[in-house]
Amino acid sequence: MLQKLKSTLLSLLTLSGACCAGQALADEVQVAVASNFSAPMERIAADFARDTGHRALLSFGATGKLYAQIKNGAPFGVFLAADAKTPARLVTEGDAVADSSFTYAFGHLVLWSAQEGTVHDQGAVLKTGDFGHLAIANPKTAPYGAAAVEVLTKMDLLERLQPRFVTGENIGQAHQFVASGNAALGFVALSQVVVDGQLTGGSAWMVPTNLYRPIQQDAVILQQAADNPAALALADYLKGAAARGIMLTYGYSFAEGAGLCLRGSTLQPSC
Amino acid sequence: MLEGIDLAAILLTLKLAVTTTLILLLVGTPIAWWLARTRSRWKGVVGALVALPLVLPPTVLGFYLLVSLGPHGPIGQFTQWLGIGLLPFTFAGLVVGSVFYSLPFVVQPLQNAFTASGERPLEVAATLGAGPWDRFFTVALPLARPGFITAAILGFAHTVGEFGVVLMIGGNIPERTRVVSVAIYDHVEALEYAEAHLLAGGMLVFSFLVLLALYSRNARPWT
Repeated sequence: MLQKLKSTLLSLLTLSGACCAGQALADEVQVAVASNFSAPMERIAADFARDTGHRALLSFGATGKLYAQIKNGAPFGVFLAADAKTPARLVTEGDAVADSSFTYAFGHLVLWSAQEGTVHDQGAVLKTGDFGHLAIANPKTAPYGAAAVEVLTKMDLLERLQPRFVTGENIGQAHQFVASGNAALGFVALSQVVVDGQLTGGSAWMVPTNLYRPIQQDAVILQQAADNPAALALADYLKGAAARGIMLTYGYSFAEGAGLCLRGSTLQPSC
Repeated sequence: MLEGIDLAAILLTLKLAVTTTLILLLVGTPIAWWLARTRSRWKGVVGALVALPLVLPPTVLGFYLLVSLGPHGPIGQFTQWLGIGLLPFTFAGLVVGSVFYSLPFVVQPLQNAFTASGERPLEVAATLGAGPWDRFFTVALPLARPGFITAAILGFAHTVGEFGVVLMIGGNIPERTRVVSVAIYDHVEALEYAEAHLLAGGMLVFSFLVLLALYSRNARPWT
């Protein structure tokens, strides 16, 4: 009886393997995406499917967490990180295809409140301390969280404001803490509060780039997808005009030190 | 090896579990008593509401708590009106979440204990002239003692094991909302496996010992 069950299971497994292995791997790729890039990536993946026929399955999380998952055998084919360090490390450690990493965008950090009139230029509210909680992403695993800590250190406010920190598991949760009003302020990614070049609500201060190292976001093809056409196609697609057009509307730029700035609630190419 | 922060997480977890258990015993006893004795048609509804946290993902509870305790939610507006401020990201907020989350683990053993001791001892006490409060405190409560011990242990252990709700409404603040389960998650995410092992192993041993105490004391843990 048990023997029979086992052989049935085995044959079922072989069948399902035979039917789908070749095809599914050829036009499907699992993509690990840093949380800050989740909104644009969903749109890019939709266009990618329409334009190429390949399917990209997206998983979001903090860069450091996705790194840990990849090191533990997560079945990702492409990794879109929120820094350059982590993809480089995966290449060095042999988990990613050598020479496959490229910069897909530069991200920007903003101080944001869901309330209008709370955040002004120069982030004055941070100095007055006239707020409750300050949300950041976990600096250990999220590059945007590390950038926020860097900004506060440079402004000499870290020690004073640390007791007000609420730490999101990733930048998505940090944003959610502020959006729900539970935290008065938060350091989030520009892409989370901007759509089509307009601030979606509340008030924001684009942190000047001299207060933190540029957030260079690199992507890399992982070893297990070295021969996956969908992974290669996605990497190409991310460098193309269609994807970049979408990234632009979310406030990403493609060169270090691009002088983006917020005038009122409109994103401008320079101040 | 146990850093200050992890030690703080352990103390905080114990404090949260003790506070939650005490509140649950106070709140859960009248609910369990009512459920055990009522013939009301609302019994099914209340019983189902109490049992909900057994089947709901913690994310559902965490989401609703975050929204309702927040500045735009009904409870959030009430607490602000009272002058307490907002509960998310505070120890009090975690207590509120844990009370909901562990409610069935306290109410159900108590209800079973009250049901098991039956009407008879109470009727006898009544014929001997005991009033309703007297009957409750001197007859029903002592008879349900094993149920109270089970309820307290399960409520305590389940609160120690809480994760999802705390992750969603806690904000991961050292010494205030970073409990052991969240600290473990943090260590694992940051690939700090040595620290994660220490805390996770500690949790495993602790939980086993608690359940061992429970099951050795009583062959039928739910009564």
